[in-house]
Amino acid sequence: MKITFSVNEMPQSIEIDDENTPLLWVIRDMLDLKGTKFGCGKAACGACTLHVDGEAVRSCSYPAKLVEGKKVTTIEGLGSEEHPHPVQQAWVEEVVPQCGYCQPGFMMATAALLDKIPEPTDNDIDQNIINVCRCATYYRMRKAIHRAAVIKKNTTQPVNSESDG
Amino acid sequence: MAKNKKKLSRRKFLVRGGLGTLGVLAVGTYVFRNPIRRQIAGMIDTGETPYLGNTKSPILWFEITKDNKIILYSPKVEMGQGTFTGLAQIAADELEVSMEQIAVAHAPSSSGNMDDFATGGSTSISSLWVPLRELAATLREMIKMEAAKKMGTVATSLSVKDGVISEGDRTITYAEAAKDVTEWDIPDTPPLKDMKDYQFIGKPISRVDLKDKVFGTPIFGMDATMPNMLYGAVVRPTVIGATYAEADTSKAENMPGVVKVVKEQDFVGVVANSRMEAENAKNAIDVKWDIPKVWQTADIEAMIEVGKGEPYVIQKEGSPKKTLQEDETLIISEFKSPIGAHAQLEPNGALAYVEGDKATVMMSTQVVKITRNEIAERLGLEKEQVNIVPTFLGGGFGRRLHTPNGIQAAVLSKAVGTPVKCFLDRKEEFQNDTFRPPTHHVLKAKLNEKGLIEAIEHNVSSGDVAWGSPMLPSVVETILGADLGAWRGGMIQYGAIPNYQAISWRVKLPFATSWWRSLGLLANTFAIESFMDELAAKAGKDPVQFRLDQIQDDDRGYRLKEVIKAAADKAGWTDKVVNGRAMGFAASTDVNTPCAQIVEVSVENNEIKVHKVTCAMDPGLVVNPDQVKAQCEGAIIMGMSASLFERMYVEEGQLQPTIYGPYEMALMKHAPKEIDVVLLQNADVPGGVGEPPLGPIGAAIANAVFRLTGERLREMPLKIS
Repeated sequence: MKITFSVNEMPQSIEIDDENTPLLWVIRDMLDLKGTKFGCGKAACGACTLHVDGEAVRSCSYPAKLVEGKKVTTIEGLGSEEHPHPVQQAWVEEVVPQCGYCQPGFMMATAALLDKIPEPTDNDIDQNIINVCRCATYYRMRKAIHRAAVIKKNTTQPVNSESDG
Repeated sequence: MAKNKKKLSRRKFLVRGGLGTLGVLAVGTYVFRNPIRRQIAGMIDTGETPYLGNTKSPILWFEITKDNKIILYSPKVEMGQGTFTGLAQIAADELEVSMEQIAVAHAPSSSGNMDDFATGGSTSISSLWVPLRELAATLREMIKMEAAKKMGTVATSLSVKDGVISEGDRTITYAEAAKDVTEWDIPDTPPLKDMKDYQFIGKPISRVDLKDKVFGTPIFGMDATMPNMLYGAVVRPTVIGATYAEADTSKAENMPGVVKVVKEQDFVGVVANSRMEAENAKNAIDVKWDIPKVWQTADIEAMIEVGKGEPYVIQKEGSPKKTLQEDETLIISEFKSPIGAHAQLEPNGALAYVEGDKATVMMSTQVVKITRNEIAERLGLEKEQVNIVPTFLGGGFGRRLHTPNGIQAAVLSKAVGTPVKCFLDRKEEFQNDTFRPPTHHVLKAKLNEKGLIEAIEHNVSSGDVAWGSPMLPSVVETILGADLGAWRGGMIQYGAIPNYQAISWRVKLPFATSWWRSLGLLANTFAIESFMDELAAKAGKDPVQFRLDQIQDDDRGYRLKEVIKAAADKAGWTDKVVNGRAMGFAASTDVNTPCAQIVEVSVENNEIKVHKVTCAMDPGLVVNPDQVKAQCEGAIIMGMSASLFERMYVEEGQLQPTIYGPYEMALMKHAPKEIDVVLLQNADVPGGVGEPPLGPIGAAIANAVFRLTGERLREMPLKIS
């Protein structure tokens, strides 16, 4: 079957043989965007988190066919070194990653959280950021999430924009 | 690029023996003599592990680029521990280049820059501290000598800054000086700089791999690609001890996308056009396994029991056995820890391309050289015909010391003649892990009339940790007998106690057990430091002072006392319960790095909540304080995870659970809101960092819970009854 959608603002049209193909493998293996990671294949760890129409989605368990006509954003489209998303900037400033493998999933989950709750409390973070990090960088991640909220507030205030970067 | 042909003129810095081979060859004739075993055990305990690779040829280690940057090819892999950043700082300071001018990459095995050991054991920075500075300083002098030739002057009149060599107004860059050099003179090792002259060592430099990890650069093993790459899948056993017998592959052969079904003597796999097609076909293969026994958790628990198997005395002082004779004053306690999974996020796997008589394998591994040798042997190639290209590791923790997956990918690639990427799925990861073995501890002690310990004994029964690892020559096993991994942290660190001993009871379990970040340290410290708190309570003493009073007066004792005092100071230690929260204390010494931690804990709805952790650690000289702190923060929460939640069990022959969630781990909501790290530097060389801060946390939590509830928790994961 054919699926037409956009990834990081670029239109894509792809053909999949098996309609159960998870979005993760379309993104990683067909479109060669490797920033979205495979961790468990059962939506249990969040390493594969990306955005579909602005919502955080665990792409290993999200059938690609459901993405028809929708906008997908991956870590590669969240921001760039020149124009980092506030979450990425905060991650750099707090020097969060260790092995780094799970970090794109956490940053995507955080970016979606800040769109819904611009200034999350610790409790909001505990309830919403439920991915798994084996290096256990949670302590710095929490600091980075609060910092990202501040950066986002300061950078988006003058402009009337809902764009996620 | 400077392509260099080496000419070894004079070199004095290759002679580095001493502990070299753990003294094993030197003591060969003393096999089975206990004092020798204990001596070696003591050396391992101090963590003075030498670097076992090339330390004489800068040309293997560095490359100068045309835009005047230097690439450091690291034989140690980056798995999150920050080694690349530390090595860059160390090299840049002697090379006289800025941090922007140095990049770090993994050395492929074909470069020849390999380590005979592995990346592990918290040894990367400590073992390379001297050799890497010497290599960098030597390269600097080599470039200066070439610059002097080109400038028509002598090297001694040149000065260097930021990769630019100058004499008066005349300058030449490293790249210009190195250009067209085909034969280098390697001088005697130049003197190293004074510590005070280092610009980067000791500073909180940001991670060199930070941007790649924030912007989604494909740097991990699973991200690797090659043109015309296919996808492999291998049927792996789900039952302990199962070995492959035969397979019916008829259904799989006709599945969509299948290119080839590959039957080997020891496994069956499939190659297909996509990962999904490979997985689907794999699931359609009907394998018959030989299963000698259907194991249950109770069987395993029955094996791990102090008193069963062969005892090895790994530490002994005074007359512990005589002093600890049974009577009403003998205090005995028992503790247990469960099977632990690595649960690293990136599964194991590899991308292999076997092309005629040459093989290239890209993968996340902690053992580059061993992997190369094993793949070469399986394929019937010379070692030099196999090139292992290490990638960044999506977590290591000891999970990538055994790499049959590299062999499997290579075998599949050879069968189809194209590159094949083959990775484990998550269930396979959980069931084919090389687990942290379960442990059982029996501790005995007697107090004297002053309320101090007269004698103490620690017995630990554990599955093997280090044995079975190809990293250790079998001769070590013969000599030591006991498992050196299982006893990490198992020795008594309070040297003023007159009589003490540690005994390791070795058990061979039916499933693979191996290195799990810090090896035996977490469980051994949980047992010993919980017992120390029990003894302090029996003696009616403050648990922190009780420990301080029994530490010997030597360098090691001084360092341990200082971290204990620093932690108590910083945390505002009290043994009173304040606002429903109690503090718990524990300390450990691992790879020459003492660490003390104080936790603040409450119990809400029968759940243990850790609010704050204060950690004082003395890793000696600190190369990067920010990354050492990051290691402490991560190790503390990982240790909490293992202490409070994690547990594998065995049911009908299968290791369970097989997915995150049911394999319960610490998440954001469990992480302490405050982690306060204090670094002391009471040694002038770097010690281990990645594992030591994992030691005290389990005991510290259990000790806090006791203070709060009166309940002594004796088994990890710690649960309130």
